[in-house]
Amino acid sequence: MNYQEIQNQLKKTQSWQQCYREIMLFGKQLPVIPDCLKSDDALIQGCESKVWLHIDLDESRGTILLIGDSDTRIVKGLFAIISSMYNDITLTEAKNIDAYAEFESLGLIKHLSPSRGNGIQAIIKAIQEKLSQW
Amino acid sequence: MNIIAELRHDFPVLSQSIEGQPLIYLDSGATSQKPQCVIDEINDFYSKNNSNVHRGLHSLSENATSKYEYVRTQLAKFLSVNSKEVVWTSGATESLNIIASGVTCDLNSQDIILISALEHHANIVPWQQAAQESGAKIAIMPINKQGILDIPAAIAMIEDLKPKVMACTHASNTLGNINPIAKLIDAAKKVNAITVIDGAQAFLHLRPNLSQLDCDFYVGSAHKALGPTGLGFLYGKFDKLNALSVFKTGGEMIDKVTYESSSYREAPAKFEPGTPNISGVLGFGAAINYLNKLDPIVLHQYEQTLYSYCLNQLQAIDGIIIYGDTQNNIGTISFNYRDEHHYDIAMLLNSYGIALRSGHHCTQPLIAELGIQGTLRVSLAFYNSHNDIDTFITALKSSIKLIAG
Repeated sequence: MNYQEIQNQLKKTQSWQQCYREIMLFGKQLPVIPDCLKSDDALIQGCESKVWLHIDLDESRGTILLIGDSDTRIVKGLFAIISSMYNDITLTEAKNIDAYAEFESLGLIKHLSPSRGNGIQAIIKAIQEKLSQW
Repeated sequence: MNIIAELRHDFPVLSQSIEGQPLIYLDSGATSQKPQCVIDEINDFYSKNNSNVHRGLHSLSENATSKYEYVRTQLAKFLSVNSKEVVWTSGATESLNIIASGVTCDLNSQDIILISALEHHANIVPWQQAAQESGAKIAIMPINKQGILDIPAAIAMIEDLKPKVMACTHASNTLGNINPIAKLIDAAKKVNAITVIDGAQAFLHLRPNLSQLDCDFYVGSAHKALGPTGLGFLYGKFDKLNALSVFKTGGEMIDKVTYESSSYREAPAKFEPGTPNISGVLGFGAAINYLNKLDPIVLHQYEQTLYSYCLNQLQAIDGIIIYGDTQNNIGTISFNYRDEHHYDIAMLLNSYGIALRSGHHCTQPLIAELGIQGTLRVSLAFYNSHNDIDTFITALKSSIKLIAG
């Protein structure tokens, strides 16, 4: 599912429950990652739930590859939204994404309390840090 | 019961909406709501009486001092102890830190500090500090699979290990279990252990009579008992309290100061350096007044009725797993739904206006021992209603449906 489709799906929701339902469905569509990738060194610090993140640069195509998982349905869905923003775009494009602002425009930040919002921020920060190394 | 239902209106927070739905507050274990009289008292203090205590001869200061000290006697009476045995602290956490650090110099590498498997981090970490500094060892009174303290095993440990300190919570913040602390205190006294009881959760629901319990120390937090945040108390039998080494130093707690040395005042002043939380104390005084007007037996029965009502409905939902002691409980239910993550259910419940806690509840060792990641925790108080529980159960069923779909 690409980011545009996600935006459209979320726009159609009329209640928070519907919104969460969609988010959880995005999570279900994420490719399953093998358990060996759910290692402690892939864990993101600062999240209430466990989030494993792997990010790579496909050097032949010059595009970003982002995979990950979470032990909670909602965060996994939020991660799916983030990965739809970053996957298959160039490094320069990726560095220019303001993912937190995107979450705001999706209307999701308001409902994520500071501690929950920080979880999203932690994921975004981890991605940006990795990007800045390339 | 109708009179109790009216009490809800004393708590202004409870009348608001979250996302267009009435707030259902089921998180009193984290902090209780405050009745209007407590809010008014704090307002009154800052708008009419604000001045420092124990300083100055002017009327405003004398008035504040006498009110401030009066609340100490109020709390002492509430606990059935002497007012010079009550120290104001910033909360139960600070109280436990004062005790643990205050006995450290009397501990050595032969000594055992005995705590239970149900303790809040605040009754674990200060003892780990004390153990690190003194070389003493920490031993754990065990729980069974359901999360209930194994009393015969605990008493056997007290008799065999002869601990120097026995620290235990009166009621578990995570599970709500009421521990039979009188039995533990009795056994601990026979081996001359210092007995420390964490009453943070129990204070509001059980109104402990400390002269009967006969423990050496008992601690609590005002904000969990209708009072303001940032205030707590430390009760200690006077000789044991006064024998603790000082925790913080500064003004007010001293007897005489020269540039070379200082001598300290007796307890409680010895443990109260600096300007205290005056508005907090006065607000807590209003909370105690409020509680004193209510019949504790009637309140307790009502809370127990609510608890059973909630418990029965939860147990009727297929897949709900409940932890802890459901026979002796302050009105707290820790649960999970199948192997679903507590986080998802808590997030969905929030969208229905339900406020409850999810996570490890500052009891990571307990959660690890139960073999789980965390729980959802409903913690009730007398201002909750049957309607709150109905709304919660309906929302929970909808949340489960959302997750399953």
